[in-house]
Amino acid sequence: MAEITMREAISQALWEEMERDEKVFIQGEEVGVWGGTYAVTKGFLDHFGKERVRDTPIAEAAIVGSAIGAALGGLRPVAELMTINFAFVAMDHIVNEAAKLHYMFGGQFVLPLVIRAPGGGGRQLAATHSQTPDAIFAHFPGLKVVAPGTPYDAKGLLKTAIRIDDPVLFIENATIYQQKGEVPDGEYTIPIGKSKVQREGSDVTLVTYSKMVSYSLEAANKLEEEDGISVEVIDLRTLRPLDMAPVIESFKKTNRAVIAEEGWRSYGVGAEVAARIYEEAFDYLDAPIQRVAQKEVPLPYNTRLEQLALPQVEDIMKAVREVLR
Amino acid sequence: MANIVEMPKLGFDMAEGTLVKWVKSEQDKVKKGEVLAEIETDKATVEVESSFTGVLHKHLAEEGEALPVGSPIAVIAEEGEDVDLDALLEETGAEEKKKEEKEEKKEGKEKEEKEKAGKEAEAEKKPEKGEKQKEEEMGAGEEDFIKASPVAKRIADEEGIKLSNLEGTGPGGRIVKRDVEKAIEEGVPEEKPEKAKITPGKDETFEISKLRAAIGNRMQGSWQEIPHFFITTEYDVGEMLKTRKQLNRELPDEEKVSVNDFIIRASALALKEYPNLNASISGKELTRHGDINIGVAVAVENGLLTVVVKNADQKPLRQISVEAKAMIERVKEGKVRNEDIEGSTFTISNLGMYNVEDFVAIINPPEAAILAIGTAKEVPIVEDGELGIGWRMKCTLSADHRITDGAEAAEFMQHLSLFLEQPWRLFA
Repeated sequence: MAEITMREAISQALWEEMERDEKVFIQGEEVGVWGGTYAVTKGFLDHFGKERVRDTPIAEAAIVGSAIGAALGGLRPVAELMTINFAFVAMDHIVNEAAKLHYMFGGQFVLPLVIRAPGGGGRQLAATHSQTPDAIFAHFPGLKVVAPGTPYDAKGLLKTAIRIDDPVLFIENATIYQQKGEVPDGEYTIPIGKSKVQREGSDVTLVTYSKMVSYSLEAANKLEEEDGISVEVIDLRTLRPLDMAPVIESFKKTNRAVIAEEGWRSYGVGAEVAARIYEEAFDYLDAPIQRVAQKEVPLPYNTRLEQLALPQVEDIMKAVREVLR
Repeated sequence: MANIVEMPKLGFDMAEGTLVKWVKSEQDKVKKGEVLAEIETDKATVEVESSFTGVLHKHLAEEGEALPVGSPIAVIAEEGEDVDLDALLEETGAEEKKKEEKEEKKEGKEKEEKEKAGKEAEAEKKPEKGEKQKEEEMGAGEEDFIKASPVAKRIADEEGIKLSNLEGTGPGGRIVKRDVEKAIEEGVPEEKPEKAKITPGKDETFEISKLRAAIGNRMQGSWQEIPHFFITTEYDVGEMLKTRKQLNRELPDEEKVSVNDFIIRASALALKEYPNLNASISGKELTRHGDINIGVAVAVENGLLTVVVKNADQKPLRQISVEAKAMIERVKEGKVRNEDIEGSTFTISNLGMYNVEDFVAIINPPEAAILAIGTAKEVPIVEDGELGIGWRMKCTLSADHRITDGAEAAEFMQHLSLFLEQPWRLFA
C-alpha cells in the first residue's frame, strides 16, 4: 500500500482507465500542454497523444456538449471543467441533456460520460469561484453525483464512473488535492452509491462527504481526546444515488446525528440527510439533528472573513457537543 | 336554514344536563358530527356532536348552566345567514325560552337601552375573555405535554415506563434516552401518588363530585326501595380457564379475551331462559326486555360507570371482547360515548382481580338483578369421596324480590353453570 495524494489518485485512475480502454479520452481547458489546472493530467499529452488529450477553448458549454455527443457516439469522454462554478455555463447540457437523453429516447442511447469538476472555497478566489454547489446537481434524477473525500475512494470511484454507462458528475475539492491517503497498489474499483463508515463510534453519527471528511475525522479524534466522545463518521461519497443505509444503521445505534458539509445550509445536503433520518428513523431520535455548513453569504475574499464563513473543525466539534447535550 | 341544537337526552333517566364546556365558539364553522360541547350528566361527561353543518351562530347556554333535556343550547346557521332567533325558537317549540325573551321585551325601552349598553360592554370584554380562554387551554395543553425524545418515548413504551415519572436531563428538561435507560437500570421512580392519602392530624372537607353524588343517590334509592335477596353459587371454571388460555394463544394481543368476556356471554345466554331477570320494574308495570344488554361495572377515579355490551347473547365472544375493551378504554380516557353507558338490562360487577372470595352487589335500578363475581381460585375439592384440586369461582346474584323469587333465581344460577362450566356452549 502506498501513501499518495488526492491529485495522484485521480491522475492514476485516469491514466489506468485510458490505458485499459482506448475509447476513454479527456478534454478540457489546459488539460493537455499545461497538464491540467491542478496538474492532474501532467504527462498525459505526451503519452496518449492529442487525439485523446484534447485542449479546448474557454467554452464550458462546448466542452460538455461535445463530450455528450462523443458519448452518444460510443466513446467514453472525461470532460474536465476548470471549476464547478463554470458548470453553470454548461447547465443546459448537464441538466437537460446529459441527465435526460437516456430517458427521453426510451433507453436507445447510453451516456458513458464523466464530468470532472473541482469546487470548494478557502483559496481566496472570491464569491463566484469558491462555491460548493453540490446539492444543486444532486437534485436532478438521471445524473450520478460523486464527491469523494479520500484518495482511496477518489481513485476507485473515478474508475467506476468511467466504466459505467451513466453520466457522472465527479466533484473534486480543490483544497484537498495535496491530502495524502493510503491507496492499494493494484487494480480496484469502488461501486457508486455506497456510503462508508470512515470511523467507528458509538455516541453520535457524523455524516459528511468530500473535504469535510478530513475535518470530521479530525473533529472526531479531538472529541475523543478532550471529551471522551465516541464519534462515528460516515462518508456519503455519492450524493446521488444517496445511500442512507449505513447512516440509518449508525443512527439507530447512536440516536443523535450531526451533518457536516461545505456548502450552504439552506436546501443543502444536510437538509436532505436530516429529512431522511426523520423519515426513516424517527422513533430512534433522541435530539434535534445538527447541521454544520457554510454561512449564508456569498463567500468573502478577505481570508479571515472567508475562513469565518467556511465550516471549521471547531464548528463540527461544537455541533457534536450540542447534539449530545 | 338555521337549526336549533337541544340539550340531548343521554340515557333514559336523564332529566337535565350541565353544559360543562363549549368546544365550538360562536362564529366557528361546524361540520356534522363535530363535537360542539361537553355535557355533564349524572353519569358521565359526554361530548355533544352536531347534527348540522354550518356556522355556530349563537350559544343559548352558558358554561356551567344546567338545563332540562330538550332545551335549546345553540343555533347553527348557514354562513352569513340572517337568523330570526324568536321565530326559530317558536318554530321549534322551545316555549319556555321564548316566553322568557318576550317577557324581557315587554319590559320596555329602558331595559333595551340597558341591555344595549351591557352588550357593548360585553363586546368590549369579549376578546379579552377569548384570549384568556385560549391561554388557559394552551396552559393546560402544556401541562399535559411531556417533553421527551422519540426514542425515549419508544423505549419507555416498550418497557412500560410512565414518562410522567421521569426527570428529563436533556435541553429544556427533555426526557432523553439516557433518562429512560437510567430508570430501567435503577428502577422506575415511585409513581406519583394518585390515590387520596390521609394527612395526619388534618381533616379535609370538599364538595362531593357530581358522579359520586349520582352513584350515592342511585345506590341509596336501590338499597332502600328494592327488596334485595342474594344467592351465592360456586362454579367449576377449570374448563373455562383452559379454553381461554388456548383461545388466547391463537389471538393477537388486541383481541385476547378476558374471563369477564366469558362471563358476559355466559350470563347473556343463561338469561335467555329467564326473562324475569332481564326485566325492569316501573310503578305497577314490569317490562321484560327484548334485548339482552349486559352492563359491566368499570371503576373510574372516584366512582364507577357501567358500560353496556348490547345483545351479548347474539355476539361471538371475540366481538364482545373487542367492544368491551374499546368502551372500557374510552371510560378510562374520559371519552365515553352516550351509547356506551345506556340501555343495560342486567349488570355484572367483577372484583375477581382483587382477590375476593365473594361479595354482594346492589342492584342497578331499574334492573331486576346484578351478578357479583369473585376471584377464580385453585382449591382442594372433594369428588366421589376423593380429594382433588380444581378451579372454583363464586358468584352472587342480587335479585329484586318484587320481580322474582328465590327458586327462580337459584334455577338461573344453576342454568348459568352450563355456560360457565362447559365453555363450548359459548361457541355453539
